[in-house]
Amino acid sequence: MPEWSGYLTLILQGALVTAQLTLFGSVLALLAAFTAGLGRIAPWWPLRWLATLYIEFFRGTSIYVQLFWAYFVLPFMGISLSPLAAGVLALGLNVGAYAAEVVRGAILSVPKDQYEATVALNLTKVQRMRHVILPQALPLMLPTFGNNAIELLKATAVVSLISLTDMTFQAQIVRAQTGSTLVPFAMILLLYFAMALVISTLVRKLERRMTRGLEGVR
Amino acid sequence: MTAPIIRIDRLEKAFGALKVLDGLSFDVMPGEKLALIGPSGSGKTTILRILMTLETITGGHIEVCGEQLYHMRRGDRELPADEAHLHHMRSHIGMVFQHFNLFPHKSVLDNITLAPVLTKGEPKAKAEARAKELLEMVGLSDKAQAMPSQLSGGQKQRVAIARALALQPRIMLFDEVTSALDPELVEEVLLVMKRLAAETDMTMLLVTHEMGFAHEFADRVLFFDKGHIVEQGPPEQIFRNPTHERTQSFLRKIIAAGHRV
Repeated sequence: MPEWSGYLTLILQGALVTAQLTLFGSVLALLAAFTAGLGRIAPWWPLRWLATLYIEFFRGTSIYVQLFWAYFVLPFMGISLSPLAAGVLALGLNVGAYAAEVVRGAILSVPKDQYEATVALNLTKVQRMRHVILPQALPLMLPTFGNNAIELLKATAVVSLISLTDMTFQAQIVRAQTGSTLVPFAMILLLYFAMALVISTLVRKLERRMTRGLEGVR
Repeated sequence: MTAPIIRIDRLEKAFGALKVLDGLSFDVMPGEKLALIGPSGSGKTTILRILMTLETITGGHIEVCGEQLYHMRRGDRELPADEAHLHHMRSHIGMVFQHFNLFPHKSVLDNITLAPVLTKGEPKAKAEARAKELLEMVGLSDKAQAMPSQLSGGQKQRVAIARALALQPRIMLFDEVTSALDPELVEEVLLVMKRLAAETDMTMLLVTHEMGFAHEFADRVLFFDKGHIVEQGPPEQIFRNPTHERTQSFLRKIIAAGHRV
């Protein structure tokens, strides 16, 4: 009978790495999503072009390859990242590319008459976006953002490729050392599920708060 | 002699191959209440939208308060207006829309104070005091904290009127403001507008299918068909003794549809 408490600690340490990657990755993804999403509808074509390039590139290549670039290729260009930083960078930019389209879509789905009212009230372009369009677009983005964050959580498993000891990596270690597959993998199954549950609960709460007063509008 | 506050000179507007306005010219005097009537697709809403800079023009000139709306002078050259110029020009003009276009995520009070605070830099307290006066004027003092979704159509439209007035524009545009309302809610909005017309010296342009209201409200009625002014004059003349055949047949149809003239 193996010493399970020690192995449990190992897996929980991995869970912490997974949680960190998910949290930091989501923050970066959010920043990237808004930058690129707003860039796609900017009135200035170089900005639109750059945003499109970013989105197509990061959606069109695999996260696996992006991670290898972030960790093994960037050092040749003089940029050396810690495994965690490389993981956050690849995951954040990858998921951010998907979420950018969510940002763009939600902004464009705010009814045109809202935009016309802001023109008639003589708001500047930035004021229109900040006070009228985005507050109505955000509640539309949230459900998909929740999906994206869960996708990101699950994608963190690839970081074991660059020697990060995330949850999946630790489970493999435990499996190799104990010969048991069932126990470590049942454990991380539950842990992934619990983390995803936390994300979806948070998003639902946020959604409820943001749509207050908007009932019956759409 | 006073100068016109709006001067439309050979205005052209095309949507693709479709020419909506083709060489339209007319002036509006300060304080004048103008009703634009005519069949759907005759270009009257387009004129208001052009004045609010919601459309671009394809030819001609518009002067508002002595300045070109869509053009700027740079030395002796005339350039298309940039966003800064449009922003400056828009401060003269307010608009009320057919579908109210209230901001659903903001309370009635915030809907009204948003623009004065943001565009004029008014202190919040001053803007709120003025908003409350305006709400009283439109008979909605008790709705300041309500959300738009809690209001009836007529109440929404009265809030929209208060919101447009908060910026104190010299020119107000009303685009079919009662067309989206249930019949029993039309009266309350028209009442507010009548009071407004009587109490202010604001220049008002009204696009409407309410001929009875146009008759009471306007100093001058313009009858449009296919982007041209077919006939214009005081309401008494247009509604009682229209000289043009097209005006007559339009009014007959309106009366047949059950509208009061």
